[in-house]
Amino acid sequence: MTGRMNTLKKWYSSGEAAIWLSGAAVSVSIIIVLGLLLLIAVNGLAHFWPAKVGAFEYRPSADQVVQLVGEVRDEEVVATDRAQQAGEWLVDPSQPTQQRLLLKVGNRDLYGLDFRWVLAGNIVATAYPGDLLVIERQEWGNYFGYLKSVKTGDGEVVEDDKARGVMSVAIEKALNIRDEIHGIERGEIGRINHAMERQRLKKRRLELGDRLDAESLAELARDRGELDAKYEVLQTKLALLYGELNRDELVLTDAGGRVTVMPVGNVVRAYYPNSFSLTDKIGFYGAKIWEFVSAEPREANTEGGIFPAIFGTVVMVLVMSVLVTPFGVLAAIYLREYAKQGFVTRLVRIAVNNLAGVPSIVYGVFGLGFFVYFLGGNIDQLFYPEVAPAPVFGTPGLLWSSLTLALLTLPVVIVSTEEGLSRVPRAVREGSLALGATKLETLLRIVIPMASPAMMTGMILAVARAAGEVAPLMLVGVVKLAPSLPIDMNAPFLHLDRKFMHMGFHIYDVGFQSPNVEAARPLVYATALMLVAVIVIMNLTAIRIRNSLREKYRGLEQ
Amino acid sequence: MTMNDTNQISHRIDVANISRGQDFRAPEQLETCIEVKDFNLFYGDKQALHNVNMQLPRNKVSAFIGPSGCGKSTLLRCFNRMNDLIDSVRTDGSIWIDGDDINERGRNVTELRRRVGMVFQKPNPFPKTIYENVAYGLRLQGINKRRVLDEVVERSLKKAALWDEVKDRLDDNAFGLSGGQQQRLVIARAVAVEPDVLLLDEPASALDPISTLKIEELVHELKVNYTIVIVTHNMQQAARVSDYTAFMYMGELIEFGDTKQLFTVPQKKQTEDYITGRYG
Repeated sequence: MTGRMNTLKKWYSSGEAAIWLSGAAVSVSIIIVLGLLLLIAVNGLAHFWPAKVGAFEYRPSADQVVQLVGEVRDEEVVATDRAQQAGEWLVDPSQPTQQRLLLKVGNRDLYGLDFRWVLAGNIVATAYPGDLLVIERQEWGNYFGYLKSVKTGDGEVVEDDKARGVMSVAIEKALNIRDEIHGIERGEIGRINHAMERQRLKKRRLELGDRLDAESLAELARDRGELDAKYEVLQTKLALLYGELNRDELVLTDAGGRVTVMPVGNVVRAYYPNSFSLTDKIGFYGAKIWEFVSAEPREANTEGGIFPAIFGTVVMVLVMSVLVTPFGVLAAIYLREYAKQGFVTRLVRIAVNNLAGVPSIVYGVFGLGFFVYFLGGNIDQLFYPEVAPAPVFGTPGLLWSSLTLALLTLPVVIVSTEEGLSRVPRAVREGSLALGATKLETLLRIVIPMASPAMMTGMILAVARAAGEVAPLMLVGVVKLAPSLPIDMNAPFLHLDRKFMHMGFHIYDVGFQSPNVEAARPLVYATALMLVAVIVIMNLTAIRIRNSLREKYRGLEQ
Repeated sequence: MTMNDTNQISHRIDVANISRGQDFRAPEQLETCIEVKDFNLFYGDKQALHNVNMQLPRNKVSAFIGPSGCGKSTLLRCFNRMNDLIDSVRTDGSIWIDGDDINERGRNVTELRRRVGMVFQKPNPFPKTIYENVAYGLRLQGINKRRVLDEVVERSLKKAALWDEVKDRLDDNAFGLSGGQQQRLVIARAVAVEPDVLLLDEPASALDPISTLKIEELVHELKVNYTIVIVTHNMQQAARVSDYTAFMYMGELIEFGDTKQLFTVPQKKQTEDYITGRYG
């Protein structure tokens, strides 16, 4: 007995138990993190893989047989009596449980709902016809059905086999026209609108300054006339394009035989999922992922891409870094290098550390009250009197969001920088001072460069925290759908007063506020995956910069 | 500074004449570079230097010896006011370098530190290239012309007997050098700004014997142009390298005089006890 106790004690004090324990802790942490990422990745990425679309013969009751077409999205098992209590008629009630399938039937304009639960046992026949067509549309989601014929703009009707080819050509053309329209609307018309707005403000400014005389009025009228003329030209061009867009039409039938005539301009993508080869599928997958990353959202954020959200997140994080780094670094330098170390500096440090613990929504409220209403309101009064009553900075926007998040992450930067400064060895500082450098010169030439890896660490932590914060942003600048990006080709190019979209908020919006929760769920995962990916990329970049700085100043821990 | 320059030149000639022979002349008769008058130093309440009085001659090597904690490094650091960096230090008395009271109000400390250079015990090169280390002091003064810097860097590295070893790798990181080389780099860095006085605080104590020898040779060559004060706990080194030695004990200057005299016929019993190894 004692012999075994002794060997146990020996084994314990040899340290092996501790090694196993710490290894286990590390493994568990890694498994949890990887598991989370894997969950998000699988659910998110699976969304884009083209699924087979089935044609089902379904018996909802004893005397009815309907044709259904749709993708199987989910399944569950229900107890038979529950199903019977709910009023369902069952083909085989002897089974203890029934399987239910969630079918995405699409055609929301025809059926009212995208999704429908059906009992698997009641399905009489299943087929995957190769000519089953899926069309992604600008409105009303997906269409599942069969192509009957194509009506071209000149009145020609093309049927059956040739119809497919004609349809692809027509869709291609329509997409190109849509791109052109988009380009004109965003680019040229956008510029004219911007110029008109500047004009209006100029006029208002002159009015307020009582400098509006006949001469300036005439000049303004002239400029306005020029702009109007340009606008007219573009409008006619657009009208032409829109007309061309909807010239061709598709005649389609759904599973039940109902006929729909769809203008080709409504089509985003059309494909036959059941006749996809593997290469087709991979190509389709790639195209969908590219669309997700680069296109704008459609249909209340349930379709399309999240590019504006990605762009908004990245721009906001960059502006925040530009704001927080100088503040944090200067504050840390003062606290560590210049302030007399005593009660007051201890108090300041405690306050800074406590700032890190304040809930982020409180920052949002502070940002709203102080930045948006107080600062923004005053800026509007002082600098933009001509825009009144429309607010410029007196409303949530990019600048106030970045500033609020900069406040949120300030403690992290201060603490990291102080840490880095304290690690600079005294010997090197003394060496510099002994050569006749002032304290400032020593700081600028020796100490701050040596502390720069730590400053980068602070910035990395700040970026990681800020990119994921959503609650404060909802109050100070993020919107569900922004009309334009915060950076565009009109001066001043970076529009700090604009509202923007953010991936974190997008996840919340799509997951909880969308009208069609089932359709949106996979998008939530995909957006979450994208958010993690963007943060990882930003962090990796910063880490690379920090590592190269570390290399430069290594060898000091001797 | 110009007045001093001409004085220095004329006195260099005098000193050269004097030290040609075995000269036991008391240091008071040579030109004084550093003068310490009734100097006391307190770390808070604890007194570290008690009423120190000494005159260190120009263009000679003076060594401070004594047991650990006797105040020799503290006194050395007073010469370039490095003790100002410690908040609790308070001083009393005066120190005159080249006729200027270095502790008077309004004294430009950075200017003083340019004239009085220091080399520390552990080599402390900056995390820059070898070239930039040596050029640092000059860049501080606003000298950024490449050609001027090249010339001064080469001259300083030659003076520090390091040029041949590093002339092909001036753009390498200074941390790639060995300990002895780093210390010589630091010496080159210190002489690049052409100080009048060089303070060496146990410069070879962290180095191997060969590097130590090189440093001692260096000191011997440098003393022609600089006044050197060296703190060392190694008595043999003090005997080899210095012209004048000060023995300190518990913050007091016990004896100061010609090195050969102090080590052969010391005037105080305490000095004799120390150098014969009876304590410390």
